Amino acid sequence: MFKYLPHTEADIKEMLAVIGVQRLDDLFQEIPNDLLGKDLNIPPSHSELEIYQRFNELAAKNKVLIPFVGAGAYDHYTPSVIRHLIERQEFLTAYTPYQPEISQGTLQYIFEYQSLICELTGMDVSNASMYDGATATAEAMMMAANAKNRKKVLISKTVNPNIIKVVETYAKYRDIEVGIVDEIDGITSLEDFKQQNDTENACLIVQNPNFYGIIEDYNGYREILDETKGLFIMNSDPSTLAVLKTPAEYGVDIACGDAQTLGVPLSFGGPYIGYLATTTKLMRKMPGRICGVTTDSEGKRAFVLTLQAREQHIRREKANSNICSNQSLLALFVTIYLSIMGEKGLKEAQMNSVNATHYLCESLTKLPTFRLAYNREYFKDVAIQTTLDPNIIDQALFEHGFLGPLQFGKFDETKKDVLLFSATEKRTKAEIDRLVEVLEAL
Amino acid sequence: MFYDSLIFEISTKDRVGYSLPISPFAKHEFAEQLLRSTKAMLPQVSELEAVRHYTNVSTKNFGVEKGFYPLGSCTMKYNPKINQDIAGMSGFNLHPYQQTSSVQGVLEIYYETQRILSELSGLDTFSLNPYAGAHGELVGLMIMKKYHLDRKDFKRTKIIVPDSAHGTNPASASVAGFTSVEVKSNLDGTVNLKDLKDVLNDEIAGIMLTNPNTTGIFEKDILEISRLVHEAGGLLYYDGANLNPILGLARPGDMGFDIMHINLHKTFSTPHGGGGPGSGPVGVAKHLVKYLPSPVVKQKDSVYYIEDQNDTSIGQVTHFYGNIGVVIKAYTYLLTVGKENMANIGRYSVLNANYIKESLKSDYLLPIKGICKHEFVFDGLIDKSHHVTTLDVAKRLLDYDVHPPTIYFPLVFKESLMIEPTEAESKATIDNFIQVMKTVAEEARTNPDLVKGAPYNTVVKRLDEAKAARNPIVKYRDLL
Repeated sequence: MFKYLPHTEADIKEMLAVIGVQRLDDLFQEIPNDLLGKDLNIPPSHSELEIYQRFNELAAKNKVLIPFVGAGAYDHYTPSVIRHLIERQEFLTAYTPYQPEISQGTLQYIFEYQSLICELTGMDVSNASMYDGATATAEAMMMAANAKNRKKVLISKTVNPNIIKVVETYAKYRDIEVGIVDEIDGITSLEDFKQQNDTENACLIVQNPNFYGIIEDYNGYREILDETKGLFIMNSDPSTLAVLKTPAEYGVDIACGDAQTLGVPLSFGGPYIGYLATTTKLMRKMPGRICGVTTDSEGKRAFVLTLQAREQHIRREKANSNICSNQSLLALFVTIYLSIMGEKGLKEAQMNSVNATHYLCESLTKLPTFRLAYNREYFKDVAIQTTLDPNIIDQALFEHGFLGPLQFGKFDETKKDVLLFSATEKRTKAEIDRLVEVLEAL
Repeated sequence: MFYDSLIFEISTKDRVGYSLPISPFAKHEFAEQLLRSTKAMLPQVSELEAVRHYTNVSTKNFGVEKGFYPLGSCTMKYNPKINQDIAGMSGFNLHPYQQTSSVQGVLEIYYETQRILSELSGLDTFSLNPYAGAHGELVGLMIMKKYHLDRKDFKRTKIIVPDSAHGTNPASASVAGFTSVEVKSNLDGTVNLKDLKDVLNDEIAGIMLTNPNTTGIFEKDILEISRLVHEAGGLLYYDGANLNPILGLARPGDMGFDIMHINLHKTFSTPHGGGGPGSGPVGVAKHLVKYLPSPVVKQKDSVYYIEDQNDTSIGQVTHFYGNIGVVIKAYTYLLTVGKENMANIGRYSVLNANYIKESLKSDYLLPIKGICKHEFVFDGLIDKSHHVTTLDVAKRLLDYDVHPPTIYFPLVFKESLMIEPTEAESKATIDNFIQVMKTVAEEARTNPDLVKGAPYNTVVKRLDEAKAARNPIVKYRDLL
C-alpha cells in the first residue's frame, strides 16, 4: 500500500469484475508489447521523514545571500497573511474557473486583480495574468503586430536585455523583424527612434524605469507614433506606479511587466507574474483570460470569464494567443498584497527602497573607485561605474554574505566596468554601511 | 450579503493593514513631471478585514480537498501538503542572479527532475523553463521549426493536428508561425491512417498527438503512425496532458515521439492554483537537444552550472529559469512516489476510469466502446427525449457537491461529457459519484425541469454569460 493510492486488493478485484476483466494488465492489452516493461532508473519511494532529510541536504547546498541587486527580481517584503490565505485549498487546488457557479472565489479575485492593475497603470482593462514580465512583453508585441497587421516592431535598447531576448525569440518564429532603438547616455535615443519609425512599424516597446533604473520621460512619443499609426507599449514595474507617471498618462496602448515586485518571493526566478493591460479599443485583441461582471438567474451580481471568443479553447488556430494556464494564484498573491499595503503602504515601501538605493549610491560614490554611470534620476536600481575588477567585488561581497550587483559586461562588452546595484525597503542602514566598508577595503 | 462585497467596497479612508519600519534614510524627491497626477485607488482595510474578506471569497470555490473533481484532461489529483512545505523552505528562496556555487542545491533539483522526467518519458533531455503546457507546446514547435530550417528544408510550414486535439495545439502552431492541417478521427477516436497518409507530404513539419488521445483511447497504431510521419520527413510531438495513464508503463520516446511537454500540474501533482502557476517541461530526443531554450542547466564532475549563451538554441522564452517553485513540488512528489509506486499511478487511474464507464453506460451514451485509459467521453444522456443537455447535467452535479466533468470537449461529439477520475480516489468516492450520476439521469427522466433549472445549492445560480460579453464590466471603476 502507498499513501496516495487508496485501493485495497479487494477493491481492485471488485472493480475488475465490474469491468469484466481478470487482471490490471488486461486494461493495457492494446499497447504494443515492445513498449511495455522497461526497467526505469528512478529513485525509490521516500517516506515523509526521508523527504525532509533529502531536502534539508539540498537546501544546505544553497547559500541564501542578502541581495544588493534587482535587475528584474526584487527582494521586497511579503506580509505574513498572504501565504496563509493563498494556501487555502479552495484557492490552491481549484482548476480554471470554467464552472462559474462553484468558482466565484477565483473569479472574484481575478476581477479585483484586474481592477488593481488598472488602478496602477491607468489602463482600461487588464487580463487575468501572464507567465512573467518578459513573455507578457512578447505577447504585447504580437498583439500589436496582429492589430496593425505589420511585420516590424521597435524596442528600446534600455529595456532589460532578457526581455529583449524573449521578444526576439517570439518574433523570429512569426517572421516579425525586431529593430533595436539605440540609447544615448542611459535613455532611449529619440533621434534614433524617429529615424527608424515608419508606417511599417507596428509598435515601440520601452521600459520605465528602464533597465538602468533610470526614470525616462516619454512625453512626445505618443505623438510621433500617431503620425505612423503605431502602438506604444510600455513595460513598467507596477510597484513603481504608486509613485511614477502611469503608462496611461504617457498615452500608452499596451502596458505590461512583471508584478513580482508586489511582494512575491524571489524563488530563484519563478513563479512570478506577468501583467498585460490595454485600452477599451484594443480589448478584443488581448491575449489570455478576462473576468467580467454579470448577474445570475435571480439577479444577483456574479463574475464570469468573458470575451472568450478570443481564446484558444474556442478559436483554436485563430486565437489571439495560445495561453491557457497563466499565473492565477500569483494574481491572488498580488491582490492580497495590494489590499494589505494600500496606496499608502505601497508608496512607503517603494520610497523606502528609493531612499535606500540613493543612500547606497551616495555612500559608494564617495569612494574614489566608484562613480555614477549616468547622471539621471533613478528609482531603485542604479548603474555605477567602477575602476575595480567586478569579479573581485562579487567575490568580496559573497564572502560577507551579500549578493553583489549585476555586471553589465554580461550583456554588453562595452560596459564591463558598469554595475547595477539595488536596495529595497528590506535593506538596513547597517547592511548598506557594511557593504560600503567591504568595497572600500578593496 | 455582507460578505459578498468587493475588497474596494469595504475600504475605508485612512485604514491600514500594513506596518513598515521607520526609514533611516534621507527622503529623495522626484521632479513633478515624473510623478503620477492622481492617486491609485487601492483598498484601505485593516489586516483582519483583508483576511476575513479573502477567507470568505475562498469559500465560494470548489477544491480537490472538498470533493471529487473528475475533470477530463485536467488530472485533478491530490496535491500533497508536504510539497507546499518543501517548496516554502527558506533555503530555496534565492535571487536568480546568485552565483552558481551558491545555488548548487536548487540546480541539483532542476537537473535531477529533468533526468527523472527523461527516464519516465524515454527522451534524452528536458528543459524545465516553460511555464505551462501551452508554453511547452510553443517551445516544442519552435524546436521543430528550427530543426527543419537548419536542414535547409524551408517548405515545411504545416502541422498536423487531429480534430480531437486540445485547443492549445492549433493555437500554439499558429504562434510558432505554422498553419494547422486537421485530420479526422476514426469512430473509435484514433487517428485515421488513410487520412494521415493523404495529408503527409514535404510541406508537413510534424504532427501533434496526445496518446491516449482526448477520448481516452490509446493509439494502438502509434508505431505505424511514427514510421509514416518520419518517412515523410516530419517529427512527432507528444502533448503530455494525457501522460498519467501510461506513467511508468510505456514511454512516448519509445513510441517514436521526438518532442514532448509534460504538465507538472497534472501528472506530477502540483496544484492548479485556479489556473496556474503550472510548469510545462519540454523533452527532446538526442538529435534535438542542441535546440532546447536557454538558459540550460548542466552538470560536469558533480558540479551544476548554467549555460546562458548557446548559438544552436531556439532562444530564450523565459526571463529566468521557469517556475522553480513548481518544479520543487514536482520533485518532492517524484521522490515520494518513487520507483515502487510509479506504474500503479497509471494502472489505478485506468482502473477507476473503466469502472465508472462500465457502471454508467446504461444511463449515458457511450460512443466509443471497449477499454479506455485514464478518461473517457459520454455523448450526453442516452434518453434525450426530455431535452436535458450535458450542460444541465453538469449544473445539477453541483448540487450534489461533485465537480462536473469537462463538458463540450472534445469537439468530436455534440454533448461531450469527459470524465477523468485519477488514481487518487477511493472506491467509496467513485461509487458515490456513480450513484449521483445515476440519480441525475433518473431526475432527467422523471423531472427534467428540475435538472434544467439547476444548480440550486450554489452561492450563485445559472449566470447570464452573454450579458457579460455584451457590456463588458472588467474592473471596479466600471461599476461606479
